[in-house]
Amino acid sequence: MALPSSPPDAAAPDAERLLGLYATMQRIRVFETLADEAHKAGQVAGYIHLSIGQEAIAAAVGANLREDDVLTSTHRGHGHTIAKGADPLAMFRELCGRAGGTCGGKGGSMHIADFSVGMLGANGVVAAGLPIAVGAAHAIALKGEDRIAVCFFGDGATNRGPFLEALNWAAAFRLPVLFVCEDNGYGATTRTGSVSAGGGPGVRAESLGIPVTVVDGNDLAAVDAAAAALVRAVREGGGPQFLHARTYRFRGHTSSDPATYRDAAEVQAQLAGNDPIRRAAATLAGLGVTPDALERVERHEREALAAALATALDSPWPDLGTAFTDVQDIGAPQ
Amino acid sequence: MSRLTYREAARLALAHELAADPAVWTLGEDIGRGGVFGQYQGLQAEFGPTRVVDTPISEAAIMGGAVGAALLGTRPVVEMRFSDFALCAVDELVNQAAKARYMFGGQARVPLVVRQPVGLWSNSAAQHSQSLESWYVHIPGLVVLAPATPADNYGLLRAAIRSDDPVVHLEHKDLWPAEGEVPLDGDWEVPIGVARRVREGRDVTVVTWSGGVRIAEEAATLAETQGVSLDILDLRSLWPWDRGAVLDSVARTGRLLVVHEAVEVAGFGAEIAATVADALFGALKAPVRRLGAPRIPVPYSPALEPASRITAPAVAAAAAGLVSWRS
Repeated sequence: MALPSSPPDAAAPDAERLLGLYATMQRIRVFETLADEAHKAGQVAGYIHLSIGQEAIAAAVGANLREDDVLTSTHRGHGHTIAKGADPLAMFRELCGRAGGTCGGKGGSMHIADFSVGMLGANGVVAAGLPIAVGAAHAIALKGEDRIAVCFFGDGATNRGPFLEALNWAAAFRLPVLFVCEDNGYGATTRTGSVSAGGGPGVRAESLGIPVTVVDGNDLAAVDAAAAALVRAVREGGGPQFLHARTYRFRGHTSSDPATYRDAAEVQAQLAGNDPIRRAAATLAGLGVTPDALERVERHEREALAAALATALDSPWPDLGTAFTDVQDIGAPQ
Repeated sequence: MSRLTYREAARLALAHELAADPAVWTLGEDIGRGGVFGQYQGLQAEFGPTRVVDTPISEAAIMGGAVGAALLGTRPVVEMRFSDFALCAVDELVNQAAKARYMFGGQARVPLVVRQPVGLWSNSAAQHSQSLESWYVHIPGLVVLAPATPADNYGLLRAAIRSDDPVVHLEHKDLWPAEGEVPLDGDWEVPIGVARRVREGRDVTVVTWSGGVRIAEEAATLAETQGVSLDILDLRSLWPWDRGAVLDSVARTGRLLVVHEAVEVAGFGAEIAATVADALFGALKAPVRRLGAPRIPVPYSPALEPASRITAPAVAAAAAGLVSWRS
């Protein structure tokens, strides 16, 4: 969806721009809701990790990127992939393991990627995307391009070594990379704060001289404004930036995890008062967007994505021979 | 032809590829001042600090960064300093570099080379002496090279840099000063996956690579005095490996001895032994044999380190044992 080019302003958001981002959030929410149902119905074979509740960050950051910018993602990567512009039908096919999936059915949800829109891959290993994004930024710098790399990761990743190595590298070489920490408070099923020392992700980044912006990650306009400023700063050659976006994972670690380890009152409070989609809807209503207009956006996404999923489930399985292709050129399987 | 050391041959191979292709760059710890073994001497002065990049001591970021840079179409040549240190970057090599092309359905290639100095050298003990080639041969997606001569280090490194696959290039630390003739003409390279016949012989096929080649050559001289003639093949390339050359030789000699510096248990010799036993069972005159290091960490003391070494007399004795074998 084309977005107005006027720079976003958190204090005075533009209704048309915000409505476009709202549509992206709905696309992510509906995509993952349908994927979850398909998983539970046995139509998606592998585990999937849902970003329901975290959509504002993907939608707003994605809206501030050019198509030739690149990003790396995590095991919870559907939202980033959609926000970067991937085709939901190819994504559904990938999740369902069908021919025509973004990766031909070889990756699945955890390795979803669409290089045609600069999405360099979800990743099954926590924090693995950080050095890859920094290396992509290094290549961009080497080639003298004005693209940028964006790296999404969770709070859990900040306790792995590659987090430190990648941030240090990006700062030392002053690379065009935006780090986006989606802090949902949990690393898999453990509260991150209970196993982490110090002042959190932002303090760690600041200790390496990387400027940190903290944002309410469920406030769509706020994330949009922050992302716009940070993307601009990175693109102008100012070196890496770090966006610490506080959010909440509405579902479990995987779609099969009921997440009963979380305090019921905490979950209830988040669901009731911190749904980024409902909060964005309220902001849009305040800007004069009618309930009908919001309903139309949601209905459009529901209809389009239900049709896409049905098409995906109707798609052929990949040819077994493709299991043996794209391993390597030299010494390929016989 | 030029007479060069293994070190200088590798340096020239990288210099030629840096000069030929602006997408090629190299990164690693201390390479600006020549690298630990002098194999990068002068390259930063010639090609500048943005193409010969000194990095922090961050193996995961060096390797992972190279993956990201390769996905964007550059061709990084990664230095890991010692193969032992590459273990700090196993996720980045095994889970990322080796699998990105496949997992993403062929959307991208990962054209990188990771150089890992291997082997026993200068009493460096358990964390600076390992030969872990079998780990990498086990990983689909990787090409694994282990040159034993200056010409092969030159020709294989050039082929590796030009390849679109992720390549693990294992250079033996004890061979850096070894000299040999190297053809430096034009685009000459060594084809990956083709073994080199080091010596023709009639009684026992000895398959080896890297630091094992010199030992096998010495063993051949010893064995000759006992009337045993060794047919020595240097595999040079471990994945892919030259199955045809090995089977042809064993079909003639009827006897196989695999020699490697790595720990014998689950070493790459096991794969060769199993392949030959399977393919040539009826043609064998003796059981297939392997000779590798015992399953101990490499010890430090000059009095202890020999326990980890394969020696020419041991190779010659093993070969003689195969010739005299009776069921």
